[in-house]
Order: sequence, then C-alpha cells, then structure tokens
Amino acid sequence: MSTAPHIATEAPEFPKEHYLNASKGFKSWALTVDHKRIGLMYLVSALTFFLVGGLFALLVRLELFLPGGQFFDQKTYNQLFTLHGVVMVFLFIIPAIPAALGNFFLPLQLGAKDVAFPKLNLMSFYIYAIGAIIAIAAMVVGAVDTGWTFYTPYSLTTNTAVVGTVFAAFVLGFSSILTGVNFIVTIHKLRPPGMTWFRMPLFLWALYSTSVIQLLSTPVLAITLLLLIAERLLGVGVFDPALGGDPVLFQHFFWFYSHPAVYIMIVPAFGVISEIIATFSRREVFGYKFVALSSVAIAVIGFFVWGHHMFVSGQSEFAGMVFSFLTFFVAIPTAVKIFNWTATLYKGDIQLRTPMVYALIFLVQFTIGGLTGLPLGALGTNVALHDTYYVVAHFHYVMMGGVVFAFVGGLHYWWPKITGRMYNEKIGTFAALTLFLGFNITFFTQFLLGFKGMPRRYYDFDQNFAGLHGFSSVGSWILGIGFLIALYCFIQSLRNGPIASKNPWGGTTLEWTTQSPPIAHNFVDTPTVTTDPYDHENSPALTGRVA
Amino acid sequence: MSQQVAVSPDKVIRHRVGHHWPHVELELSGAKLGFWIFLCTELLMFGGLFVAYTYFRSLYPETFSEAHKTLSIPLGTLNTGVLIVSSFTVVMAIRSAMLNQRKAMLGYLYATLLLAAAFMVIKLGFEWPPKFAKGTLPAAFYTYDGLAHVPKPHLFYGLYFVMTGLHGLHVVIGMGLISWLIYLGHKGVLYRGYYTPIEIVGLYWHFVDLIWIYLLPLFYLAG
Repeated sequence: MSTAPHIATEAPEFPKEHYLNASKGFKSWALTVDHKRIGLMYLVSALTFFLVGGLFALLVRLELFLPGGQFFDQKTYNQLFTLHGVVMVFLFIIPAIPAALGNFFLPLQLGAKDVAFPKLNLMSFYIYAIGAIIAIAAMVVGAVDTGWTFYTPYSLTTNTAVVGTVFAAFVLGFSSILTGVNFIVTIHKLRPPGMTWFRMPLFLWALYSTSVIQLLSTPVLAITLLLLIAERLLGVGVFDPALGGDPVLFQHFFWFYSHPAVYIMIVPAFGVISEIIATFSRREVFGYKFVALSSVAIAVIGFFVWGHHMFVSGQSEFAGMVFSFLTFFVAIPTAVKIFNWTATLYKGDIQLRTPMVYALIFLVQFTIGGLTGLPLGALGTNVALHDTYYVVAHFHYVMMGGVVFAFVGGLHYWWPKITGRMYNEKIGTFAALTLFLGFNITFFTQFLLGFKGMPRRYYDFDQNFAGLHGFSSVGSWILGIGFLIALYCFIQSLRNGPIASKNPWGGTTLEWTTQSPPIAHNFVDTPTVTTDPYDHENSPALTGRVA
Repeated sequence: MSQQVAVSPDKVIRHRVGHHWPHVELELSGAKLGFWIFLCTELLMFGGLFVAYTYFRSLYPETFSEAHKTLSIPLGTLNTGVLIVSSFTVVMAIRSAMLNQRKAMLGYLYATLLLAAAFMVIKLGFEWPPKFAKGTLPAAFYTYDGLAHVPKPHLFYGLYFVMTGLHGLHVVIGMGLISWLIYLGHKGVLYRGYYTPIEIVGLYWHFVDLIWIYLLPLFYLAG
C-alpha cells in the first residue's frame, strides 16, 4: 500500500487557530465546555494521580525489598497499599482512558462538534475534582488501611477515615455516571451523515460498551458505599454481623460493581489497541464486527461473574459453581479480540512506531494476564491461589500490563493530535522497552511468589521468599525509571518537538482529517462518511478528499 | 380545554439550539434519552436497597411484620396522596407550557412545589419526631423496648430510615429543580418551542413518586 509518500510530502506548519488558543485566560479553561479542553484537564489530573499512586506502589515495594520491617510500621504499610489501590482505581484508571482520551476523541472520531451535553461534561469534571479533593483530605486526616475493597466488618471498626474515603469514591462515581450518559447519547444522536453503527471506529464501540457498564454498575456501588457510611454513622446493621447483618452481602454488592469495573478499565484499552493496530498494520481490523460486538458481549457477561471474587467468602458452593462456569464465558469475547488483532497483524505492512510497540507489548502481557485468570476462575485452583501473590500478579498483568500500556500507547498515538507536536521515536520506544522489562521483572516474579505460597497484603515474609521479593522490588525501580523516560519524551516534545501534520501516522479515522491540534469546533464542515473506518485505500484522512 | 395562546411568541425568549445539534427535535430527544438513562441509574441505586430489604425481610419475617405496626399508616397514606396529586400538577405544567399558557404553567409549578414541601413537612414535622422520642431508630440510637420479642428490630428501622431518607433527599432535590423551573418560567424561556426542562424534571418527579409507591406497601403495609 502506498500511503507513506503522501504523508511524507506534507510540510506542516503549526496552525494559527486551534482549540488551545481559541480563547485565553484562566476562566476560558475553568468554564470551558469544549470536550477537548475537558479531556485535557482530565488527562493532566489522571496523570498526576498516576504519579501519586505510583509513588505509593514504589514505597510498598521498597518496604518489601527485604524481610522484616524496614521503613514503615505495619499500619503505615496497610495504609500505603490501600492508598495505592484507592488512588489507582478510583482516581486514575477509571477516568484515564474514557474520561481523558475518550472525551477528547469521541466527538472527533464520530465527526461531531462536541459531546451531547457539554455543560454536563464540565460538571462531571468538577464532580471528579471535588471527589479527588475529598479523597486527598481523607488521606491527610487518617489514611484508610482497609484495602481498596473496604470489606466489612473491618471497615466498620478501623479508626481511619473510612467515611471520607468512601464518600470520595461515591462522588467520583457520579462523575463516571454523567460521563457515561453523555457518551451514550452522543453516539446515539450525534453521528453525522453516513456514520452508521458499523462504520464507527472500534474505540467508539469500546467507549459505548464501557459507558453501558458504568451506568449499570456504578449506582450499585453508590448505594453500597452510602450504606457503609450509614452503617458507620447510624448503625443500620445490614453489613454488621454484630447487629444481625451480613458482611457477605457487602461483598456481593461491592463486586456487583467492582467486577464490571475492571471492564470499565480494560474495554476502552481494547479500543485503543484496535486503533493502533489498524493504523500501524495498514490493514482493516480483521473481523471488525466481531471485535466491535465482543466489547458489548464483555459488557453483558461481565455482570454475571462477580461471585468469582468470593469463592472463599462462604457463599454457597452452588453459587460458586455457577459463577465459576459463567466466568469462563468472558474468556470467549476476550479471545475473539486477541485472535482478531493477531490476524490483523498477519501480512500487514507493520510500522514499528512507539504506539505499535506498546500495542504489541499489550498483546503479550494481556494474554498472560488473561490466561492466568482462568485458574482463578476455576474453583479448586482458586482456593489455593486466592490469597496469594498470584492474584496480585494476575491483576497487575491485566490492569497495568494491559490498561496502562494501552493508555500510554494511546497517549503516544494521539499525542500529535492533542498537542500538534511529534515526540522523539527513539526515546519513546526506549521508554516502552524499559517499561516492558521493569513490568515483567516486577510482576512475573509475583506469580512465582504466589505459587510458592506467599500470602498477599502481608507486611513481613519468610526468608524463603526474600530473593523473589527483592527481585520484584528491583523491577519496580526499572518501571519507575521507564515512566520517567516516557515523561521526559513528552516534555521534550512539548518544548521543541517537530510540528505534526494532520495525519502523521497514516490513520484512517476522522480525527486525522482535521488539523493538529484541531480547531475549537473540530471540523470546518460536518463530515459525511462514505468509507469503512479502516479503509486504507479510500479514507478521506489519506486521500485528502473530505466529502 | 381552551387552545388559546396566552403568551404571544414575541414575549418569550426564544431558545437557541446548541451549536453542536443539527436541529431542535434531535436536541430534545437527546435530552430525554440522557435523562431516561440517568433514571435507570437511579433505579439501580434504589435497587440495591430493595435487594437488601428483601434479603433481611426473608431472614427476619416476624420482625418486619411486628415492627411495621409502629409506623403511621394514616400519615403514610396522606403523603402518598400528596405525591400523586403533585405528579398530576407537574403533568399539567408541561401541558400548559406546550399551550403557551405561562400563568397556568407557573400556577401548576407553584402547586407542585407546595405539595412537595407538604410531603417533607408531614414526614419531618409529624412522622419522624415521635420515632425519635420513642427510640424506634437505627441501631446506634435504638432505645425502644416494645419489640423485645422479635429478633433484630433495629434492622427494620435502619432500612426504613435509609430508604425513606434517600427518597426524602430526592424530594428535596426535586424541590430545588422545580424552583429552578419557576425561575425559568418567570424569565420567560419556557414556551411551546422549548419546554425540555419541565419535561425532564417531570420525568424525575414521576420517578420520585413511583419509588414512594413501592416504599409505602413495603414498610407501612408489611404485615
């Protein structure tokens, strides 16, 4: 395919008018209703909390570098891993792809001027900000030590700031709900002429499915957290065994949200990977409809598997069997995606740019994360592995090896569109490989620790585990360095990166038909869509013929 | 019904369609779709409470059947009537807006607001104080000794106060929304060409009404 010359001949100039300079001053940002600016504010906030949550993680690994107490006492250690979890889950990973990249690119990929409710979009950002402030205040007042799951009855008796933290998560949930409402209505109502459902880029299908999950699960978390607060303040009794309540009910409620929540995190990452692989393989995504609908399938099936978090909780054995059986069904749509991406790569004209490197790393790491989930879904092996580092490793292979790598890859992919500047490929790829190395040293080691019987959440450990724990901690430092290199790559690009053209990668979706960075209203004229999303022959982003 | 146009179109402030919407019908249908989705999330939130209610009622059936006798059926019924009438007035407010009858619309909105306030006064002024006095409250404040013969009576009151309390909070939020409509009505932006806010607050108000329709039998008539 001969798209490369077309891209190379462009001699880009930085556009005079774009969304960043369309209006000036603090108020123009604080009261903006432009989805791109809101997306950017989400991006900066999410990255900040990623840094904070990452520092907590590094401190946890630092303590675990050697057996015995090193730097912190037991309680501080419990607080550190709880804060790592709370910050990463509620403040970083849930908003990272949907609210930051999604906000920015949903209207651009759809061909719309904005999301359906721009003011609501701004409001959801402020609700996120308020939730974040409450969370930080609660951390300062008395950091929770319950783990991010807030299990009762311990969360009812600990003297740390449970109410504040839980209320923060409650508020953050509202932000998530409002974003979900906005995305769904936008996709239903603001598709331009010719943009049929099956002409939508796969990132949009992923965001749509994510929004559905957000809307159906978050309210249940909201009421669970509200009940937990009422439980602590009034003694409602529903979760407190001492009052005749049932702590397992809390776990059911909690996981009814929090299992689908892992799909809120991973499904948008799938969307990003589909975009990157399509662009850098110069091919249509193999089995486009299957990839699109598998997101929806994951959203649906994901609601019937929450009990697999509770195999050792004392729920009935029958319930355990049903949940175990259903859990294996999630593997089907997930495998559909993996196989279709691999088939897309086959005989593709592969361009090994940084986003593609991240996507390939994603494929490897996510596959490991997915396959190691199967023994956890099976009842017998689950009981043996449940409270060990095996679960920690599995979870991080999916969430970090999967979602975070997709997020950083997506950030590189869309960086030229967001900022109008290119980054240095060599530094970007070097960072990706450093992260790959650090990640696998840190977390593959933890599979081995888990198999050997190292329990999770423990402050201290036996001498037998010392070698592997030390090795894992060294990996965490390499990870830290990798992120610093990636950060340097972005800062260097902002300072003096080459100016980006409209379509530096040869992408085929609508965001590449508008200038980089886009104008405030995204497109000069409302686009009319006449081609499939990944048509590398006729896409207006490549031919320059905007219908 | 008279079909007269009470406010001539030149007296209203004409609605401007959002720049990102192709036309006003799509804008209204988008707003309605969004709000229906939001109501689904509200329903799921209350759904969690209904699940908890079902679970504990099946665990302690005799507690629920005994404890419900301490609730006031007359006041509960009165409040049900108040909410049902307010659902009617809010519908009439939408109709009046569609007919450009601004005065009637404002009248119905004021009536709705008044009924909502009446609901809260009956609840907070007449229904709850005797409970505070008697101590039929959630566990942390429970002091009543008339239900010693059934297990865990405080659970009933825990659920009662959380569920009716959350519902009450929704009524108060509704009062805020209706006040906002009254403000918009006085400003003159609601007319035949644009009545989306009343339509949406109306949906919300019916939802609040509907939740109460379920709370009444579950708590007051639980025998």
